[in-house]
Amino acid sequence: MSSGTSIRVGADLVMVGQVADSIACFGDRYLRRIYTEHEIDSCGGAPSVASAGLAARFAAKEATLKVLRPTGHRPEWRSIEVRRHHGGWCSMSLTGHAAELATRAGLGELAVSLTHEEGIAAAVVVALVSESAGAF
Amino acid sequence: MDEKIRSILAEHGRFPIDVADIGDDEDLFAAGMTSHASVNVMLALEEEFDMEFPESMLNKSTFESVTAIRSALAGLTGS
Repeated sequence: MSSGTSIRVGADLVMVGQVADSIACFGDRYLRRIYTEHEIDSCGGAPSVASAGLAARFAAKEATLKVLRPTGHRPEWRSIEVRRHHGGWCSMSLTGHAAELATRAGLGELAVSLTHEEGIAAAVVVALVSESAGAF
Repeated sequence: MDEKIRSILAEHGRFPIDVADIGDDEDLFAAGMTSHASVNVMLALEEEFDMEFPESMLNKSTFESVTAIRSALAGLTGS
């Protein structure tokens, strides 16, 4: 790696059953407050399958926050989006305050990996930091 | 108001300990509330007090203690 860059990593895990409980308890209000239309559309199928996908996406949002390291106002949940591509792989897309934090910190593209198994969903987010831009 | 806040925390906060054992100024996240659980607490508070937290208040600090929640609600509901 060149001397002008460093790496930030964030990881998080979420219990799938807790997401299923939230959907059962708060329904659409929970979904629309946290997830984008694209994320909800990406997590179709049986409720257990949808909950697992959404739990992985919540973990990705939390992992991204660990990379962004906000010190004051926290970015809105929907401004941190998991984009699912046709090949099945995912990437992170930031808008609004989240995008501003990434720019100010000198973060390049955010890479993400999602997984879920046996009721647990997890995500890891990695970003390269341009040290000259992230020096503030 | 505190009784309702504590009732919601007990139902949605998923604490590993009894909410009654958490002091008013004690850090709820340090006491075991996860970020996902805090979303449920926020939605339940909105339902109970018939209001909506603005984006500008969706910081961990808003939900970090019973005192902080009480203060946020007082500002939003005028009570």
